Amino acid sequence: MARRSSTGLIRNKTAVAGIGQTAFGKGLADTELSLACQAVSSALDDAGIDASEVDGVASYTMEPNREVDVARSVGLGDITWFSQVGFGGGAGCAVVGQAAMAVATGQCSVAVAWRARKRADPTSRPWAQAQARLTDSSQWTRPFGVIRPVDEIALLTRRYMHEYGGTRDHLANIALAFRKHAARNPASTMGHKPLTRDDYMSARWISEPLCLFDNCLETDGALAVVVVSAERARDLKQPPVYIHAFAQGLPPQHQTMTNYFNDDPLRGPAWTAARVMWEMADMTPADVKVAQLYDAFSPLIILSLEGYGFCARGEGGPFTDDGNIEWPNGRLPVNTSGGGMSEAYVHGFNLILEGARQIRGKSTAQVEGADVSLVTSGEGVPTSAILFTKDG
Amino acid sequence: METGWLLPDLSDPTSGEFWRGCARGELLVQACAACGTWRMPPRPMCPRCRSTGVRWEASSGHGRIWSFIVPHPPLLPAFGAVAPYNAIVVALDEAPTIRFVGNLVVAADGEINEIDPSTITIGEPVRVVFHQIEDVTLPRWVRA
Repeated sequence: MARRSSTGLIRNKTAVAGIGQTAFGKGLADTELSLACQAVSSALDDAGIDASEVDGVASYTMEPNREVDVARSVGLGDITWFSQVGFGGGAGCAVVGQAAMAVATGQCSVAVAWRARKRADPTSRPWAQAQARLTDSSQWTRPFGVIRPVDEIALLTRRYMHEYGGTRDHLANIALAFRKHAARNPASTMGHKPLTRDDYMSARWISEPLCLFDNCLETDGALAVVVVSAERARDLKQPPVYIHAFAQGLPPQHQTMTNYFNDDPLRGPAWTAARVMWEMADMTPADVKVAQLYDAFSPLIILSLEGYGFCARGEGGPFTDDGNIEWPNGRLPVNTSGGGMSEAYVHGFNLILEGARQIRGKSTAQVEGADVSLVTSGEGVPTSAILFTKDG
Repeated sequence: METGWLLPDLSDPTSGEFWRGCARGELLVQACAACGTWRMPPRPMCPRCRSTGVRWEASSGHGRIWSFIVPHPPLLPAFGAVAPYNAIVVALDEAPTIRFVGNLVVAADGEINEIDPSTITIGEPVRVVFHQIEDVTLPRWVRA
């Protein structure tokens, strides 16, 4: 394995200086472009930076709104750096982390990153638009009825349960914890609906062994962040949320979402991103006070707890017992805004804003003394992760 | 009779030979022409020795269930019509990291919803059978 010649070159060199979001909901009247512009505009206002100062933009390859359209609506300036990251929900922390790299290296000075989508309309779901003749890797799964992301992750989940003895009770721990957190968050779309273990156990199946409540929501909405140098951030309106470490991960022989074809399918991209992120950081998993872990599906939480080093392999299920991932008393409160399963599913970008709010002390489920806050993006796809810190 | 099924493009240059093998009743595995290493799904270069030479070798067609699911609606109409059904991953007996996604059926031309899912277990032995939909022959699996 190649050795890094130095580590942590961007450590604490940049910070999130502004965050913004639209309302979340189903069937929002505004277009995706309008939502994106509103989120970016709101993040700039939060930072106290004029739109004309923005010279860097980052987004997902799945983002429907092009940089040119957002830039000329919001009134962004001379843009000298723009980039997109692939692999759906794996991209979230990467677009922010790459923006941090661009600012740290001087390619731009004020970068905005965003995600906007209108996903609540069922016809907008990518799997429902599948073409009849398949030429990509889906030809090895879809002819056999493994069609939706939930089917793809359910196959890994069943295998995980077989190898490690994971149970539906572990998955229920996750769904219930996030719903409890959402109940404190007025912006969440599901906080008003309590969820009990009986509700979970009697819910309809979507793809056994996964039921309705193992799935994320489908949400319309948009969110954005502003990244500037640490020096600049210290002079702005909000307390800086330092980007302490950032990493991406795409392991050998990985096949995105349908990773059934290598030696160790349950060791996913999280392990790769985690290895590099911890090399970059001057801390360990024990220092993390709160985590926002990508939750398109509940089993991804278990894999991420293992992958990012909070427990050993096979122990991610029991880690969720005894309220361990619940605010306020859990060992590691996870998805304190409700996450993709109970706040909103905006491809994980809402997790990034919640990670930043924890450092600012502004979460609706604020972890006391939250000076280190982890955010991860999609597990099961080429992924990314960020460590935010309060001290630069 | 399945209509509206999701099917592979048989003219795909990388994987077409696999599907032509199925049509002949063979479960083929892509092998490196230089070092002989098996790899599936197929790809244009051997990740072990980087040769672009390819040959196709017949597998035993015997394996064990590595994982399985039971999808329920909402699904695409063709699949919703037979839901809940099973989908399985099979690990080949002679090369357990060579795996195929498929369905467990009672017979080659059975439906994918005819096995009681509560009887399916990881590790149980299965054998490949072949089933034609339109101009495509899909591998499916029966209990061995």
